[in-house]
Amino acid sequence: MIRFLLLFSRQGKLRLQKWFTAYTDREKKKVIRDMIMLVLARQPRSCNFIQWRDLKIVYKRYASLYFCAGLEASDNELLSLEVLHRYVELLDRYFGNVCELDIIFNFEKAYFILDEFLMGGEVLETSKTAVAASMQETDTLQETMEEYMSKPAY
Amino acid sequence: MPAPIRLRELIRTIRTARTQAEEREMIQKECAAIRSSFREEDNTYRCRNVAKLLYMHMLGYPAHFGQLECLKLIASQKFTDKRIGYLGAMLLLDERQDVHLLMTNCIKNDLNHSTQYVQGLALCTLGCMGSSEMCRDLAGEVEKLLKTSNSYLRKKAALCAVHVIRKVPELMEMFLPATKNLLSEKNHGVLHTSVVLLTEMCERSPDMLAHFRKLVPQLVRILKNLIMSGYSPEHDVSGISDPFLQVRILRLLRILGKSDDDSSEAMNDILAQVATNTETSKNVGNAILYETVLTIMDIKSESGLRVLAINILGRFLLNNDKNIRYVALTSLLKTVQTDHNAVQRHRSTIVDCLKDLDVSIKRRAMELSFALVNGNNIRGMMKELLYFLDSCDPEFKADCASGVFLAAEKYAPSKRWHIDTIMRVLTTAGSYVRDDSVPNLIQLITNSVEMHAYTVQRLYKALLDDISQQPLVQVASWCIGEYGDLLVSGQCEEEEPIQVTEDEVLDVLEGLLVSNLSTPVTRGYSLTAIMKLSTRFSSVNRIKKVVSIYGSSIDVELQQRAVEYNALFKKYDHMRPALLERMPIMEKTSSNGPTEIVQTNGETEPSIVEPKHPPPVTQPANQVRALLIALGLSLLNIVCMYGLFLINHESLSTIPPMIAYNKNGLKIDFTFERANPNPNIAVITIHASNSTDADMTEFVFQAAVPKTFQLQLLSPSSNVVPALNQGTVTQVIRVLNPQKQQLRMRIKLTYTLKGSPVQDLSEVNNFPPQSWQ
Repeated sequence: MIRFLLLFSRQGKLRLQKWFTAYTDREKKKVIRDMIMLVLARQPRSCNFIQWRDLKIVYKRYASLYFCAGLEASDNELLSLEVLHRYVELLDRYFGNVCELDIIFNFEKAYFILDEFLMGGEVLETSKTAVAASMQETDTLQETMEEYMSKPAY
Repeated sequence: MPAPIRLRELIRTIRTARTQAEEREMIQKECAAIRSSFREEDNTYRCRNVAKLLYMHMLGYPAHFGQLECLKLIASQKFTDKRIGYLGAMLLLDERQDVHLLMTNCIKNDLNHSTQYVQGLALCTLGCMGSSEMCRDLAGEVEKLLKTSNSYLRKKAALCAVHVIRKVPELMEMFLPATKNLLSEKNHGVLHTSVVLLTEMCERSPDMLAHFRKLVPQLVRILKNLIMSGYSPEHDVSGISDPFLQVRILRLLRILGKSDDDSSEAMNDILAQVATNTETSKNVGNAILYETVLTIMDIKSESGLRVLAINILGRFLLNNDKNIRYVALTSLLKTVQTDHNAVQRHRSTIVDCLKDLDVSIKRRAMELSFALVNGNNIRGMMKELLYFLDSCDPEFKADCASGVFLAAEKYAPSKRWHIDTIMRVLTTAGSYVRDDSVPNLIQLITNSVEMHAYTVQRLYKALLDDISQQPLVQVASWCIGEYGDLLVSGQCEEEEPIQVTEDEVLDVLEGLLVSNLSTPVTRGYSLTAIMKLSTRFSSVNRIKKVVSIYGSSIDVELQQRAVEYNALFKKYDHMRPALLERMPIMEKTSSNGPTEIVQTNGETEPSIVEPKHPPPVTQPANQVRALLIALGLSLLNIVCMYGLFLINHESLSTIPPMIAYNKNGLKIDFTFERANPNPNIAVITIHASNSTDADMTEFVFQAAVPKTFQLQLLSPSSNVVPALNQGTVTQVIRVLNPQKQQLRMRIKLTYTLKGSPVQDLSEVNNFPPQSWQ
């Protein structure tokens, strides 16, 4: 299973953090610090896998964002590269040509999309269209409620 | 009160802050506003405020005061509220928080909600971070949803069940009936999550594994359909249909086929098909091939298939893509034990990977190269590895040096080659060599009797070149001290003997004493070496002068040694020859490990010495030891005289072993030895074994004793206790009991089992009387 998924910028600012195991706040902060340090120190054309403690770290850079996942020993690293790529594709499809600003200003949507794709550290849905359809319907559900209550969302 | 500002507005504002202080100020202001808004129990804007709080939490600011608000949002009827509420719960309300359990009732209600998306939110939250108690309470609801025909809910329920099983393994049984027809689903989401659920159950329970073996034909069929089916836009990734599902099925097949002939046979064909037909131009194809190879190697596949798998790995090694090369090296490392010969065929490619620019690849290649070294290829491999040692980054040097020493010890074709190799390591990577290598090398050199002259000559020449690498200098000083007579008499047979006088040798050793580059330990070595030469050289007066100068050295260690050596010259000159005679051959008994950390009642300090079993005890050695003690010479001086600390261990078979701890599958046995020179010291070895079905990782054993005792805890053999009693972790405890009181001990055990940390304290009172009397 994936233990955690982090998104951070080239300057080391965290844009998204998803934890699939229970870490204390202090442990989380340490993991984030270590990951940012490890990944940002890598040479441009190096291999995307790092061995860290007992976990395999898989990272991939998309434009200005680093996507970093911590895997257990039994997970397939090459496939997790595909998992990261699929998440980026889902974001791209939802936001239309996604960039870092989209994720900054709509971080909660990024989480919602992630929750339709991964759960408990495993892939939940392998079809892009199914995830997009769920997002569309839940967004409509939100709007409908808001329109009904005639109040702004947030 | 004006409406609180919107989320995006806040984000925009915070991003305009130019300094950290400015940002902090904005955040504090906004937090204050949010707090007062929370106090007013404002339903309308609660959602907005929590969303803002979550943003600030991501920036690293505390947000705990929003926890209860998340609960209120979850309980609201509005979907928007619930969505943000559950998101907040997942970010702020993990199982370590007190209010975590308050969510249980809300989740239970939402699991039965009329809208599937609300049910989905509840399942997601439970499945990502539900605590064990929550899982216990809600497992029934999850099981119900696992049987629904709604595929959106069914797939979420399946992964939620996986989480429940991970948290509370005993509940696995209750999900068994619901798995009956999971694989007959057409929906890929449900199929994928079902395979994950089945995998989790089979990994945890041998009974489940046996039960689900009958699914192998069905899994093979599904996989076949995926490969043979035409283009499906919904699941296509670069021309391959649903690679995620394919890989998970392959992984489940691996578990089902392991140690089972029938299942392995049933999957042979499909594995061969996947291995040969998968498109390898893109990463996704290689991901599937990788999983296939792992499966082939783990099940009872026929030899043709295994060869196919290793060849695929061999092709991976030549791939341009670094990730694939890395993955190939990792897999080969796993298979090198079982299919050694097949992997040997790729040795040259692996050795080439040592020259790769990528750090991760270099490390794997180095580990694999050491695994491939054997008696036949030792010379060639060592050449490559020494070249690697020369040119690699400092982070590799320590491990590489240790690996070279180990390999050289096991497979050295000749003593001379062995010593040459060691010399090469010491001169090229001398400062990175581990501290414990010095005593090991000294022992090796002592035991290669015919090579003494050659060795001391080469070491002397190395010293002339470079005195900065401490391990090299220490070994060299020790050798010159022992065999200096061979050096000046020019007795070397192996190579051209060098002409060197006694004065030149003493110049070098004295140079070490004054040099800034020498550590205190090195200085100790050289002073002792000079002292030893007093019985081997004729220029005794010079040596006496040096020794007396250091009698007033600032360094306490050196001062003590010099004073004692002075005493040898003055009062005990008749004993000097016997004390300083050549070292006898030592038997090698204990293994080479990293420098031991000695723990005395909680404080740690690195120890320079390793206890070793004694040489065949000869009369002079015994007398000498008694003499030294009689002279009141310090323990450390005994060390430097002998180069190693000698403890006479006699295993007292009369002290029976005992069980110190046995709970939750972890058993700790104590076995006893008594250290002879000091009958007040009891040496206890703990053996930790694990009878549960999962490994205990990060295992730490700590002990404390009453004030009248002293405790030393040496480093453990490992910190992973393998499952199902497959191995033990051992650790040595030394207890000093000068007052011969009854031995009592309090022990603390910490480890991680299946992702959850466990901690336990226990008292050990049942020590057999012979261990402390």
